[in-house]
Amino acid sequence: MTETALPTTAHGTADSTAATEPATCPHSAPRNAPLVAPDTAGPAPEHPRYPLARAAGCPFDPPAELAGLREHEPFSRVRVWDGTPAWLVTRYQDQRAILTDSRFSADATRPGFPTQSPGIAARRRSGNPLPFITMDDPDHNRVRRMFTSYFSVKRARALVPRLNEIIDGLLDDMERAGAPVDLVSTFALPLPSLVIAEILGVPREDQHLFQSRSRVLISMNSTANETMEAMEELGSYLGDLIDAKVTDPQDDLISQVAVDHMLTGGTTRARLVQDAMLLLIAGHETTTNMIALGTLALMRNPAQLKAVRDAEDPAAVAGAVEELLRYLTIVHTGRRRLATEDVEISGQLIRAGEGVILSNDSANRDATVFDDPDELDITRPNARRHLAFGQGTHQCLGQNLARQELQLAYPALLRRFPGLRPAVEEEAIRYKHDAVVYGVYELPVAW
Amino acid sequence: MHIEIDQDRCCAAGQCVLAADDIFDQRDEDGVVVLLDHVPDNADALARAQEAAGLCPAGAIDVKD
Repeated sequence: MTETALPTTAHGTADSTAATEPATCPHSAPRNAPLVAPDTAGPAPEHPRYPLARAAGCPFDPPAELAGLREHEPFSRVRVWDGTPAWLVTRYQDQRAILTDSRFSADATRPGFPTQSPGIAARRRSGNPLPFITMDDPDHNRVRRMFTSYFSVKRARALVPRLNEIIDGLLDDMERAGAPVDLVSTFALPLPSLVIAEILGVPREDQHLFQSRSRVLISMNSTANETMEAMEELGSYLGDLIDAKVTDPQDDLISQVAVDHMLTGGTTRARLVQDAMLLLIAGHETTTNMIALGTLALMRNPAQLKAVRDAEDPAAVAGAVEELLRYLTIVHTGRRRLATEDVEISGQLIRAGEGVILSNDSANRDATVFDDPDELDITRPNARRHLAFGQGTHQCLGQNLARQELQLAYPALLRRFPGLRPAVEEEAIRYKHDAVVYGVYELPVAW
Repeated sequence: MHIEIDQDRCCAAGQCVLAADDIFDQRDEDGVVVLLDHVPDNADALARAQEAAGLCPAGAIDVKD
């Protein structure tokens, strides 16, 4: 799971699928090319709108314009869904510098913050607290530490037997169902959903409730009303669950945080609802998309698929997972911050009150850090330097759980079905251009 | 090799443990970094400790040769 603002973002970029497909993916575009298609209504845009659109036929690559920006204009001006201007920062080192600089705030309620969606504005009006990812240190770290013990490396490693059990059960079901099956609904979605639900203490039978509400919350096409409705439903459900756990605590995260921190005044019920919602959503959406999109990327690179499938050294699989995280960077709408004072980064002055967007997908293709960055190379020695989990003290809380799930899921899937292949043509695959976390909606596979 | 850790800054991401689990650990109660009692002191350990310092998202690890 990653620390990504929820709910999110802007108007769709799905128009990227409309054009004809080029034979190869352009990794840079002429600088005089328009960054995005012009709006069909309203005044002419002053700055290009972010997020940018991916090039047609290049589902694994970030928007092609980012390469040119990285080269020639590492700090460029963009605007977000409501017209708020922001600096788009595209180079790896500049993103690291900003994400580790406490003069940049993650507080999305500050005026001028380049929010990802109307839902954030609606949440601000609702009076509900925002989850801890939108807080700044030291408050952020105080709240984050209520949850960190559940996502340590040790905890993730201790989960291996249970993860294998869940994985084997899902693969059994897939095998029984027979090809073709949708990899997303049979494997990629239920695996992390079941795991995060068990960690939090959310009953298995309720997973469809949080999956469906989560889809609304991360869609860029959801209206403020839809977002608020989904949030209230999920919030009401989690509030009831917290109350039940206080009465009858179990061995799970929600019970323990409620007893240890809520009842002692370290957090409130309203805040715990929001934080639990974040963990629940971030805990399954991101890993789901990594499993499905990562499997698709491997199927498009058969030699590397074979290497992951046949790897005997767990370190080789771990390296492949880091490379897939880098290459795919599914949190593709940028981490966002606001300067709280005038700051100069690489000679660029960012004034107090100005927003910045850190496009981690661009940083992860920065050739000053990664050789041949547009190539998937599961043996890449420095893949783990990627910013797919963000950077700074907000870096993904669930990264070790995510790594563990992915390190087990890919080889198990590929070994069970050595001939795994897409069961549809590329043109039939629907990519999540309109969601804050990128991936595929379905992935029919055969074997 | 001399390693300093800043437990106040630590955000418990666990990157240090992934890089060098014979040098760093995470406290059970909150995942915050701790140094193990007996840390190997050789070129390989130094390189991994430096890697951990470089990966630490909070800048909470300082390694000196």
